[in-house]
Order: sequence, then C-alpha cells, then structure tokens
Amino acid sequence: MLLLIPLLPFVGFLLNASFGRRVSKTAAGSIACGAMLASFGVALASVWKLLASPGSTALAQTVFSWISVGDFSADFALRLDPLSTVMILVVTGIGSLIHIYSTAYMHEESDPEYARYFSYLNLFAAFMLVLVLGSNFLVMFVGWEGVGLCSYLLIGFWYQKKSASDAGKKAFIVNRIGDFGFVLGVLLAFVRFGSVDFQAIAHAAAGLGPETTFGTISLITLLLFVGATGKSAQIPLYIWLPDAMEGPTPVSALIHAATMVTAGVYMIGRNAVLFSHAPETLTIVAVVGTVTALMAGTIGLVQNDIKRVLAYSTVSQLGYMFLAMGVGAYAAGIFHLYTHAFFKALLFLGSGAVIHALSGEQDLRKMGGLKKDLPITYWTFLIASLAIAGVPGLAGFFSKDEILYRTFAGGHVVLWSVGLFTSLLTAIYMFRLVYLAFHGERAATPEHQSTEHPAPGIQHPAPGTRHHGGHLHDAPPAMAFALVVLAVGSILAGYIGLPAVAGGSRLERFLEPSFTASVGDAGVQAAPVAGTEGASAGEGLEVGLMLVSTTAALGGIAIAAFFFLKRKSAADAVAARFAGLHRLLANKYYVDEIYDATVVQPIRIISEDGLWKTVDVRVIDGAVNGVADTVQGSSELLRRLQTGSVRAYAASLFFGVVLILGYYLWR
Amino acid sequence: MAPLADYLILSGVLFSIGAAGVFVRRNLITILLSIEIMLNAVNLTFVAFGRALGAVDGQIIVFFVMTVAAAEAAVGLAIVISLFRHRESLNPDTFTNLKW
Repeated sequence: MLLLIPLLPFVGFLLNASFGRRVSKTAAGSIACGAMLASFGVALASVWKLLASPGSTALAQTVFSWISVGDFSADFALRLDPLSTVMILVVTGIGSLIHIYSTAYMHEESDPEYARYFSYLNLFAAFMLVLVLGSNFLVMFVGWEGVGLCSYLLIGFWYQKKSASDAGKKAFIVNRIGDFGFVLGVLLAFVRFGSVDFQAIAHAAAGLGPETTFGTISLITLLLFVGATGKSAQIPLYIWLPDAMEGPTPVSALIHAATMVTAGVYMIGRNAVLFSHAPETLTIVAVVGTVTALMAGTIGLVQNDIKRVLAYSTVSQLGYMFLAMGVGAYAAGIFHLYTHAFFKALLFLGSGAVIHALSGEQDLRKMGGLKKDLPITYWTFLIASLAIAGVPGLAGFFSKDEILYRTFAGGHVVLWSVGLFTSLLTAIYMFRLVYLAFHGERAATPEHQSTEHPAPGIQHPAPGTRHHGGHLHDAPPAMAFALVVLAVGSILAGYIGLPAVAGGSRLERFLEPSFTASVGDAGVQAAPVAGTEGASAGEGLEVGLMLVSTTAALGGIAIAAFFFLKRKSAADAVAARFAGLHRLLANKYYVDEIYDATVVQPIRIISEDGLWKTVDVRVIDGAVNGVADTVQGSSELLRRLQTGSVRAYAASLFFGVVLILGYYLWR
Repeated sequence: MAPLADYLILSGVLFSIGAAGVFVRRNLITILLSIEIMLNAVNLTFVAFGRALGAVDGQIIVFFVMTVAAAEAAVGLAIVISLFRHRESLNPDTFTNLKW
C-alpha cells in the first residue's frame, strides 16, 4: 500500500510523458491531478491505518531486495512513521492543490509543453515521496537525486530563455556540490555502523554517548549537513534558490518553497538520533541556520522582483528550521516546515496570480493598487503574509514561536535574539511586498507593462491572460480554489501544535517516536535533546517570549506600513541615507560575484588554460597524434620495400634464409 | 654404393640451378620449372638421408612433397595462364601492380 503513494504520480508521469503530446490539455491535466489526488487519498488511508493501530508507530513495506553484496545489503524499502506522515501529507496534499492551480496557470502553453510540464511535476512528486518514505539512505538518495533532476527540468522549463536554462544548470551544479557531501556522509555512516538503514543506525548510535570532541559521528553528520545546505539552500550553497525563480511560479511554490527545499530539514529530522550525538555539528547547524535566516531576510528587504523576495523569504524560513534542528528542537523544526509549506505555497501561488493577471510582470515597482482588481488574491495573500510574519492565531506564529522559545530555553540567547530580529525583518519585507503590490496606485499602465515584460521566448509566451483595457482578471476558478484552500490551511494548520501554555503540542507528541531510537521496543531514549529539558522552564517565560515575538511581528508590519504605505518618500530617503548598505543588500552581499571570482573563474581558468589547452590539447591529443605521426613517418620509409616485383621478393626470401642458415652454421 | 656426400653434392647443385633459374629467367613457366627442380633437389636429400640413417621418414615425406608439388604446379600454371590472358606476357617484371 505504501508503494502506491509514490507509484501513482509516477504512473501519471509515464502516461503524460508517453501520450501527453497527443491528448488535449484537459486530459493531460486530469491525468496529473488525478494521479496526485489518488496518491493523496492513499496517503490519507495509510495515515489512518497508522493512527488506528495504537501499538505500532510505523508501517513498513519492503518492495524488493535491491542490493546485496557481501555484508552490504539494502532493500528498496518504504517506511511510514510519524515524521514521514507529516511529509507525505504535505507533499501529496499541497502538491495536489498546486497541480490543480497549474492547470489554469499553464493554460497558455501549447499541448505538448503542457503535458511536459505536468509529467515533470508528477515525476517530482513521485521522487519526493520516495525521498520521504525511504527507510534507508540509499532509497532516500534515489529520491534526493530525483527531485534535484526534476528541479533542474522545471527551473529550465522555458529552456529557450537563456536565464532560465542558466538558472537550471546553476541549481543542478550547486546541488551536486551538496550531494557530494551527502554521499560521503552516507559512505562514512556505512563504514562506521555497517548499515545504511535509518533504524539500524539510530539503534547503533543510541548506544553511544554524545561525542564531546569532533569525532566520526560529528564528521558523518557534518557531511550530511553539507548535503542539506545544498538541497535546502543554506549558506554557503543557497545561491541557486533565488535564481530558481526563473521556473513557472507553481513550480516555485511546490519545489522551491513547500517540499523539495525542506528535504534537508527532513533528512536531519530523520537522523535526529545521530545528530543528537554530535553536539558540535548541531552548533554548526544552528549557527548556519541563523546566519542564513538573517542574511536572506536582509536581502529580501530590498529586492524588487516579487518572486525573488519570496525566494529570499524561503531561504530565511529554512534558516529558521535549521536553527530549530540545531538546538535539538526537531519537532519544532518539522512543525515550521509543515506550516511554512502552507503559507509559502500560498504566497507563491498568490504572486503567481498577480503575475498571471499582469501578463508576466514581476517587478514590484510596477505594481500597486491591485487590491480592488484581485480581491481573492489580495485576501489570501494577506492571510499568508500575516501567517509568515507571525501574527498570533495564524499558523506561522505557533511554529516560529516554538522555535524561538526552544532556542531561548536551550540557552542560545544570541541565536534567539538574531532569530527575533529576523522575524521583525520577515514582517517588514512581507508587508513591503503586500503594500507595494496591492495598495497605493499602479505605477504604470497595464498596456505599457505588457509590452515591456520580458517574454520567455517566442514559443513560450509568459503565462498570463491578455487583459483588456486595464481591467485585470482575478484568479480563474482552479487557481482561486487552491488559494482559498491554502489560506484556510494557513490559518488552521498551526492548531495541531499549540504551545505548552495552551495544552501542549499534539504534533510534538505525535512526532516523538521518530526522533528517538526506539520504535516498537520501549527503550533507548535519544541523547538528551537540548530543547526538551527547557520545556519545563516555565510557562511564564513562554508567554513572555510570545509577547516579545508578537511585538516584533506587529512592529515589523507597522514599520512596513509607515515606509511603504504612508510615506514612500521616507523609504527612498532611508535608502539614500544608507546608500552603501542599500547597494550591498540590493546586490545580495555580492555573494554571486564573490563565488564567481573565487570559485567559478579559477575553475574556468584551470579548465580552459590548464586542462583544455595544456593537458587535453598538448598531452592527450599530443600522445595520440604523436603515435599516429610516428607510424605514418616510418610507414613512409618502409612502404618503399614493397615493390610489387615477385622476383625481388623471392630474392629477399632467399637471402634471408641464407643469412639465417649461415648464422647457425658459423656461429 | 655411392657415399651420402655424393647425393648431397648433387642435391646442392640441383638446388643452386633451380634457385638461379628463379632469379635469372624472365619467363614465369621457366620459373615454375626451376621451383620444381629445387623441390626435387630437396626430395633427393630426404631420400638420401632416409637411406643412410635407415629410417623410412625421409621416404614418406617425399611423397608429401610430390603431392604438394603437383598441386602447386596445377595452381601455378592456372595462374600463369590467366595472367597471360591479361597481359599477353609471361615476364614477371610486367606484373608489379601489387604495391602501395
């Protein structure tokens, strides 16, 4: 039954990839959405089965024995435990909504392109489900690489546009760097524990004490974390995610916000026992997460592309999740992953609706006043913005507050204060976006915009309907449906993880078995998790911190309202006052340029002048051509011996025999 | 009975005549005949040694050589005829096309 969950989208992929170009858009879209909805149904049924059997904490299915060499064996095995339960529901549920949304959003594409889009999207879902259901590192790695492939394919979906295909390559290459670390981590884990099965490794690790110095487990977890930084866009490998916005907007929502980029967080959660034994790595994870959150948040403040703001916001929120993982609050991190999936998918889909209405316009400076024309988009977008900003009562508040509380309670006051400041930034940049796009006056006429927007290519027109005479269409029904459902989710999703003061997190209790080594046999508790002992630190502290972060959220909204709604001149004045800082942020801290100078260009130069022009041309080609030249030169001389005269041959034969005989007779 | 050396000398003389014929003559048929002379010189050596050493091996191998020589003569003459039809010539120096 578990196998059906990834298999259904895969069948959808096969159908659309094989026959999609020959059927209508309605058929292709129905196949894709049907596969996803069916998968969602099976996922729900599986989760129901898991919940209905109180004794067991996991469902497992071994599909087949995959690799068996010597003492190494790996099965293609799937396992549904509380952690993967959350993930499959997010992937199939939000995935289905995004599929439905896409049927309207991508409707401008030609039939084959439309089918290609949906086949990629289904393939992505299949791989993502394999990733989260895999019960050992190898199966996870299949999914891990598969989603990377689909991400590449979908970012470069409008491949005729240079920037899109470049962005796809960038994403793929940067991910490869992370994957290299991941593979090394898996190999080292196998060497250390003799298995690649998550359960086996967790059991083996649970018997050990935490590493006080930097040892093997620290190295394993650190290498795995390198993989996570690539997949989940953390420093130093976050640079691909903002560029990934070249893909269609629903793709950004599904892959680059809700699901794939959270794979790194999930992977750490999956190996929580292992990570708990490596405090050094956890510190690194927490610090990297916090710094990424802060850095991306500050960049997000000044970006003008609506999708890039959201991309940096995603990077920043992922940073929060890693902060949670790093302080040992695994459940809080997964909780934020889960709520983030709702409101960030909604934000992207909302921005997609805006872009759709404006025929491909993505520049915030050219928007404004869309509130009247796009009421559904506006209200759902506003809900998502409130949720991500951390306004009490909405999903983001509960999860973000949980992370900050656990950080503070774990004694990481510096990380907590940076996290708090970042949540202020989050509120500011999100409401800057809302005010610039939906409030105020439109900066330019729509006609002007539609001629100016960069079309992805002649055969790939930007998604969007032609609007007539300045009247903008709100989201069509399929898109509106997805927006509304996600908006409801953004409001309600947080209530399964209430803070301790309000009855405690049911999600956390549900997830607990996934983060301990014992499943089935009541026993080995994972190493003391930094956050859990802080849980009893007092409800007063929790309420106090909640008030502080609420103040930060509301303060951020107020600041954004002042600068971007009331007095826009003030924002420009501040930007001019701190021109250097503004330029630094607008240029994203010059990280791309620094990487270009320190990594890309040296590799280019070494490859071009060293490897190509010296090693390849001189050494390798030289050796091959040298052999050929030598043979040709000596043949030129030797062929003169072949005269064609039979009597000459007979003579040489004769004298040869005479010489040989003579040698033997007179030696 | 004549000593072994006499047979070997005769055989050497015959072989030299044959070899000289192959090198010197400008007629393919003569060259073939010269090759036959060389073969028979070798046959004589075999028979002489077989007799002198009291073994039959020499006698037996001569039959093989004769068989092969007959076959070779048949094939050789056939080739010569077909060459002659092409070039109206039996001079081996006119057939030097098989080269680079």
